[in-house]
Amino acid sequence: MSIVILWEAVYRLEIWPNFMFPSPIQVFKSLWNGMIDGTYSIALLYSLKRLLTGYVIAVVAGITIGILLASNKTMDETFGTLILSFQSVPSVVWLPLALLWFKMGEPAIIFVVVIGGIWNMIISTTSGVKNVAPELIRCGSNLGYKGLHLFSKVILPASIPHIITGMRLAWAFCWRALMAAEILGTGKGLGQNLMWGRDMGNMTTVLSIMLIIAFTGLITDNLVFKKIELKIFRRWGLLNS
Amino acid sequence: MITLKDLNKRFGEIEVFKKVNLSIKEGEFISLLGPSGCGKSTLINIISGLDKADGGNVIIDNEEIHGTNVDRIMVFQNAALFPWMNVYQNVAFGLKNICKDSKEIKRKVDQVLRKVHLSKFKTHYPHELSGGMKQRVSIARSLVMDPKVLLMDEPFSALDEQTRMLLHHELQQIWMETGKTIIFVTHNIREAVKLSDRVIVMGIRPGGIIEDIKIDMHHPRKNTDPNLFSQEEKVYKVLKGEIEKVVREEMGNEYKFEKDPIPFEHSNTMGGGI
Repeated sequence: MSIVILWEAVYRLEIWPNFMFPSPIQVFKSLWNGMIDGTYSIALLYSLKRLLTGYVIAVVAGITIGILLASNKTMDETFGTLILSFQSVPSVVWLPLALLWFKMGEPAIIFVVVIGGIWNMIISTTSGVKNVAPELIRCGSNLGYKGLHLFSKVILPASIPHIITGMRLAWAFCWRALMAAEILGTGKGLGQNLMWGRDMGNMTTVLSIMLIIAFTGLITDNLVFKKIELKIFRRWGLLNS
Repeated sequence: MITLKDLNKRFGEIEVFKKVNLSIKEGEFISLLGPSGCGKSTLINIISGLDKADGGNVIIDNEEIHGTNVDRIMVFQNAALFPWMNVYQNVAFGLKNICKDSKEIKRKVDQVLRKVHLSKFKTHYPHELSGGMKQRVSIARSLVMDPKVLLMDEPFSALDEQTRMLLHHELQQIWMETGKTIIFVTHNIREAVKLSDRVIVMGIRPGGIIEDIKIDMHHPRKNTDPNLFSQEEKVYKVLKGEIEKVVREEMGNEYKFEKDPIPFEHSNTMGGGI
């Protein structure tokens, strides 16, 4: 709330011309209208659709590769460091390649989203599987579980807290990757709307979309991921409740 | 009948124990007692099949063991319950592997939960239980498998004294009812003497069994039984030397376990300096 007041105050000082620094009231009005007439809401839906597609692929592939790496020492030693270095590359950097490989359009952007989340997902899964309390594994094999059975019934469930944290981070990374890719790429998502706003010199649109992006991220994180994470951490006894 | 034959174990340079020979009758309750580092936990892990010996073998009913098997079930020091399963699921976990009939599983689990007084807590998760309850679940999870041998690796060492006394009593009851062979690792002399038929005292450097003490008293034993104290004294005498060895290694050779019976203080010479 105080940020909004400060914002309004700066606007009143008229340091910048009106179109470059809109007032919060203008922004909220544009936000409201855009949500009602569909300019923003449809863009949001488009973005969310891409995000979900990319995210699901990133999570499924990430967990699978993570398990493979954790269960195979040579693979971990060779690909493990490679993945760490890939993670430090911002995923938009892949966009030029993706545009070449997948032609302009949907798959390229989704590819960037997948790349945005997958490394983190792999790393979380690998460390989750590796950090299972040895006693639980010993206990499982003591009770007669062996091999794949032991893995699916003991090791994998025991590493779920790590995997959930990984999923939460991956969501944030995917969301950022999507925005970056949309700004540079094509389509009907939020990022493109933001670029139109810039091209038209309409800072109201730009700010509205920034707000949408921030709130979408905040809401999903708080309402979905934090709750699940908290529940799982408590159940697994990792919180002092 | 369990026979340990010439067991050797080393971790790299350090020899944990060598030439361990022991035979345990069916239905016997034996304790492995010794200072930390004497390899008592290693020994029980080898019997369970979780660890491998470097030499010698473990023979149960004329068959040499290879790896883990559901006829030898371990109760771990900190219970090692699966946090994502409730009490019922934890207890049923191992059973599902050897028994496919879900009615039979339910009957057995309910029965064993009654035995450890946890029927009310069936749907609780481990993080909602106290330390003593967790260990009860762990014991139930092992008992329900109906193993030939129950292996217990310092199961009560993390519990407070009251809970421990209660669980001692319950374990004695369970043992008398089921007649299972129990191998119990502990560093608590009282615990060992109170619960077991035989106390195997293990030494350190060189590691191995130094004494096999029979505790000839009927069960269940009460804490206040004076016989218990004299037996404790007997075990303590054997163990004292070993404890001293450990402390000397850590603190230096001047360390003496038992000082002169009259404390000598320069300020307290009864006027000798006058």
